[in-house]
Amino acid sequence: MPTVLKLSIVEIKLYLREPLGVFFAVLFPAVLLVVLGSAIPAFRDPSADIGGRVPIEFFFPIALALAIATAMLVPLLNTLALYRERGVLRRLATTPASPAALLGAQVAVNLLALLAGCLLAWLAGRLAFGIPLPGNPAGFALALVLGAAAMGALALCLAAVAKSARAAAGIGQVVYFPMLFFAGVWTPGPLMPAAVRRVADFVPLGAASQALQDTWAGGWPRPLHLAVAAASVALFGGLAVRFFRWT
Amino acid sequence: MAIIEVRNLHKRYGDTVAVHDVSFDVERGEIFGLLGPNGAGKTTTVETLEGLRRPDSGAVRVLGLDPQRDRVELRQRVGVQLQEGRLPERIKVWEALDLYASFYRQPADWRQLMADLGLSDKRDAAYGRLSGGQKQRLSVALALVGNPEVAILDELTTGLDPEARREVWHLIRAVRARGVTVVLVTHFMDEAERLCDRLAVLKAGRVVALDTPAALVAAVPARRGERPTLEDAFLSLTQEV
Ligand SMILES: Nc1ncnc2c1ncn2[C@@H]1O[C@H](COP(=O)(O)OP(=O)(O)O)[C@@H](O)[C@H]1O
Ligand SMILES: [Mg+2]
Repeated sequence: MPTVLKLSIVEIKLYLREPLGVFFAVLFPAVLLVVLGSAIPAFRDPSADIGGRVPIEFFFPIALALAIATAMLVPLLNTLALYRERGVLRRLATTPASPAALLGAQVAVNLLALLAGCLLAWLAGRLAFGIPLPGNPAGFALALVLGAAAMGALALCLAAVAKSARAAAGIGQVVYFPMLFFAGVWTPGPLMPAAVRRVADFVPLGAASQALQDTWAGGWPRPLHLAVAAASVALFGGLAVRFFRWT
Repeated sequence: MAIIEVRNLHKRYGDTVAVHDVSFDVERGEIFGLLGPNGAGKTTTVETLEGLRRPDSGAVRVLGLDPQRDRVELRQRVGVQLQEGRLPERIKVWEALDLYASFYRQPADWRQLMADLGLSDKRDAAYGRLSGGQKQRLSVALALVGNPEVAILDELTTGLDPEARREVWHLIRAVRARGVTVVLVTHFMDEAERLCDRLAVLKAGRVVALDTPAALVAAVPARRGERPTLEDAFLSLTQEV
């Protein structure tokens, strides 16, 4: 069995044994959606402005962008930083396991957890508020995976340079909130000023959020957003492998 | 031909000179000891052999390979137990062995190793729940799971009770009997004396003696009619100013 697969399987088991990681990636999106929908009546009451549909429907793709950022910037960054701090990476460094296999396994595990979390969020949204399927399911899946890969690569890049778990958490926060801003978490859809939206197109999570919203509405992701996500994977992933330190 | 060659190795951390002009050879099939007080530079020396640290100057060859340039090949053939290396808290004993075995081209049978190290009844225990001695034994097992030609073991019996230490010694002899060359870092005199074919005694980053344990002891003048021990030899080598 290839090393990266074996490492992924072990990391999945470890992930499931760690309640905090399970919460952040798997349960968080569903909890967020249900709490928002329940707390703010305007979110779940059908609105005549949007053809009698529930506003939370439009928030769903943005909630998933938030889920991407949370799953990638919290557990992934934290696990790698702890592994470095505690000498787990140092131990691995004496074996033939490659950094790429280790990093790949981390992204794979967190991506799986994220996908499970998104599915759970959709089911919760369906049951609680009757939200529909994505308008363009294939495009939506593509936007989700590509967006997660872009954020995963960014997280690896940060984890590659963070010296301690505490530093990693700090850097994670500094990146997390601006990412959410550009994803439209506070200014969804038409509320986002045009200038901000222009910048958001070029920010990994902003592009992912736009692509999720476009495909949710039934369209295809715009080439610009796909290009930004792919370029983020290549750039940050490359930097992560290049600057990865075992100790 | 020497399986490990260290020539004029120097390594400093900022103002601290950790290793100052260390040279020695390790022959194939021997158990070679590095003995010295804390801070003598033992860990730094072996970590340059493992490719974890880059020497400031000097030459290091392991199995004819350069630990920096040929790290991929070296890691297939050298097994390591780190003084400070850990596993994820929640990984189980069998999972760690199975995972590490998968890294190597020709791994040993990890179930057999687990039994040899008395860990079979801890098979499903999480690493974080093992006692110090059990962690140490797992660490030795992981160092051997790749069927290495060279095993570098740093403070392998620190934290073990006397009975467990003797079991590990027994295992090290068995490993050597299979043709594995062993480099043993220790600060225990009895361990060095019983296990090692040859010893380098380090003090403040320098090799102050290099010989068989018996020859090191024989070099110490007898005092008050007492037969000198390796401890006497060690003290006279590392304490004189
Ligand atoms: N990463 C490091 N940074 C700074 N100083 C270090 C580092 N590692 C070791 N040292 C210093 O180098 C010296 C030798 O350390 P070490 O090789 O660990 O010795 P030993 O293993 O014999 O106890 C000590 O003075 C130690 O404090
Ligand atoms: Mg040491």
